[in-house]
Amino acid sequence: MRNSAIAVQGLRKAYGDKVVLDGIDFEVASGSVFSLLGPNGAGKTTTVNIATTLMRADAGTVHVAGHDVATATRQVRRLIGVTGQFAAVDELLSGRENLQLMADLKRIRPAGRVVSGLLERFDLVESADKLASTYSGGMRRKLDLAMTLVGGPQVIFLDEPTTGLDPRSRRAMWDIVRELVADGTTIFLTTQYLEEADQLAEQVAVLDHGRIVAQGTPAELKRQVPGTHVRLRFTAAHELDAAAAILAGATRDDQELTLRVPSDGGSRSLRAVLDRLDEHGVNAEEFSVHTPDLDDVFLALTGRTDTTHTNALEANAR
Amino acid sequence: MSTLATSFGDSAVMLRRNAKHTLRNPVALFNAVLFPLVMMLMFVYVFGGAFKVQGKYVDYAVPGLLVMAIGYGLGPTAAAVNGDMTKGIINRFKAMDVSHGAVLAGHVVSTTVRALIADAAIIGLGFAMGFRPHASALDWFGAIGLMLLLSFALSWLTVAMGLAARTVESAGMATVPLIMLPFLSSAFVPADTMGAGVRQFAEYQPFTPVIETLRGLLTGHPDTGHLVVALAWCVGFAVVGYLWAVSTFRKRA
Repeated sequence: MRNSAIAVQGLRKAYGDKVVLDGIDFEVASGSVFSLLGPNGAGKTTTVNIATTLMRADAGTVHVAGHDVATATRQVRRLIGVTGQFAAVDELLSGRENLQLMADLKRIRPAGRVVSGLLERFDLVESADKLASTYSGGMRRKLDLAMTLVGGPQVIFLDEPTTGLDPRSRRAMWDIVRELVADGTTIFLTTQYLEEADQLAEQVAVLDHGRIVAQGTPAELKRQVPGTHVRLRFTAAHELDAAAAILAGATRDDQELTLRVPSDGGSRSLRAVLDRLDEHGVNAEEFSVHTPDLDDVFLALTGRTDTTHTNALEANAR
Repeated sequence: MSTLATSFGDSAVMLRRNAKHTLRNPVALFNAVLFPLVMMLMFVYVFGGAFKVQGKYVDYAVPGLLVMAIGYGLGPTAAAVNGDMTKGIINRFKAMDVSHGAVLAGHVVSTTVRALIADAAIIGLGFAMGFRPHASALDWFGAIGLMLLLSFALSWLTVAMGLAARTVESAGMATVPLIMLPFLSSAFVPADTMGAGVRQFAEYQPFTPVIETLRGLLTGHPDTGHLVVALAWCVGFAVVGYLWAVSTFRKRA
C-alpha cells in the first residue's frame, strides 16, 4: 500500500434502504490518473465524498497517501485538492480574490506569485479582476480547478470535471490534467464519458449500481468484451456466398453484402483470414478491423445493451 | 499553530469574505436598512396617531422597530448560507483543513454587524423624529448588549435554517416568521389592546419580553422580570441555532 496514493477496501454506503456503494475495492498508484467510470447514480460522487472526508462510510476503509480518511482526517485534508461536480467558486469575488481566499486559508504568504502564476496558467489573467459571476461555464471550471491547485495538493479528486463543457474547454481541461500528472500529482477522476477515461486514465474502474463491474487499463477493458471482428464487404452476392462458406463462424448481412468474422485483431489472425480468401480466389472490396471502444465495453459490462436489445425486440414485436 | 489560533485566523479570512459580499451587494444592505426605516415612518406618521399608548408614539415604537430591523436582515443571510451549501463552496471548505466553525462564524458575525448598522439607523432617524429616551449610560449599555445578543442568537438560528434548507428560495422563506413575529407582539401596540388568543400569543412569544426589556431600558425603567425572560429566549435561540447549525454542517455534504 506504500505506493498507493489512494487505497479503497470494501467500501459500503447506504442511505436508508438505498445501497449506494456495495463493497468496492481499488487502488490508485502514485502519480497516475485513475478514472471511475459510470452512469448517473452509479455512486461516483459518494465515493469521492467519502475519500475526501466529506462523508463517512458505513463500512470499509479509504487511505489517501497512507492516511485513513476516517481517523487522520486533518492530514488527509492537507494533502488533497477537490473539485466537485459543480464549480464551487465564490461568485461575488473576482477570480484573483477567489484564489487569494484559498491561499489565505492555506496560510500561503505572500500569495501574490502563486495567485498570478495560476491565473496565467489557466489563461484567466484578462478576467482576473472581474467577478466570477460574469465568467462563462468553462472559465468557472478553470477557476475552480485553479483554486484546487493552490498549495500544490498531492492527490487531486475531480468529480466529473468536464460535464457541461463545450468540446474546446473539455480538451483544455484534459491538457491541464495531463500537465498535472507530468508533475507527479495523482489524479482521481470520475466521468460519464468513456472517451475521457480512455484519453486520460491509466487505470479505469467501471462502477454500476454501487459495484465495480470491471477494472483495468482501457486496453484491457476493451479486450474483455468479445466483439473485435473483421468486416469484409463484397461487390456481388456470389462472392459473399463463397466467403461465408470458407470462413467459419462468420455472420453475413445479405443486404449490405458484408461478412463479420470474429477475430482478436492481431496480425496473425488477420493474415489467416486474408490467406483463406486468397486460397479460394475470393476478393473482398473492403476490409476493416472493428475494435470495440470503451462505449461498447461499458454497455456490455453494465448490461445496458440488454435494455436496448429488449427494447428493440419489443419494438419488433409490435 | 495551535487549534485556537488556526480557527481565529480562519474566522478572520471568512469574515473578510462576508464583508466583501456585503459591500459588493450594496442593494441588499440598503434594503436591509431602508425597509425598517420606511416601516418606522409609516408606523409613526401614518398609523401611530390611531394607537393609544402612554407618551409619544415614536418613543413607544422605537424598541419594536429595533427588533424588527434585526429580524428583517436575516433573509439575505439564510439565502447566502444556502447558496454556499448548494453551490458546493461549503464542501470546498470542508475538504480543506479549515476550522468548520470559522465558515459559519463569518456569516454570524457579518449578519450581526449588519443588524447593528440597521439599528443605528433606526435610532438616528428616531432622534430626528422626536424620539427622546430617558436612558442612563448603563441603560444604553444594556440595550445595546441585548440587541447584540438577539442579533447573534437569531444569526445562528438563521445560519442553521440556511444550511438545512433545500433551495435558496425556501431558505429565504424560513426566516419569514422571524420577520412577522414582531407584528404579533407588543412592538407597535400594547398586547392588552389585542383580541383574545392573539393577546395571549403576543404576551408569551419570544419577541415581547425582548421588546419590553428594550423599552424599559430606553425609558429609564428597566424591568428585571422581562429581562430574565428575554435573556433566556436569546440564549435558547443561540444554543439551539448553534447546535442545529453545527450538526447540519457536519451531516450535509
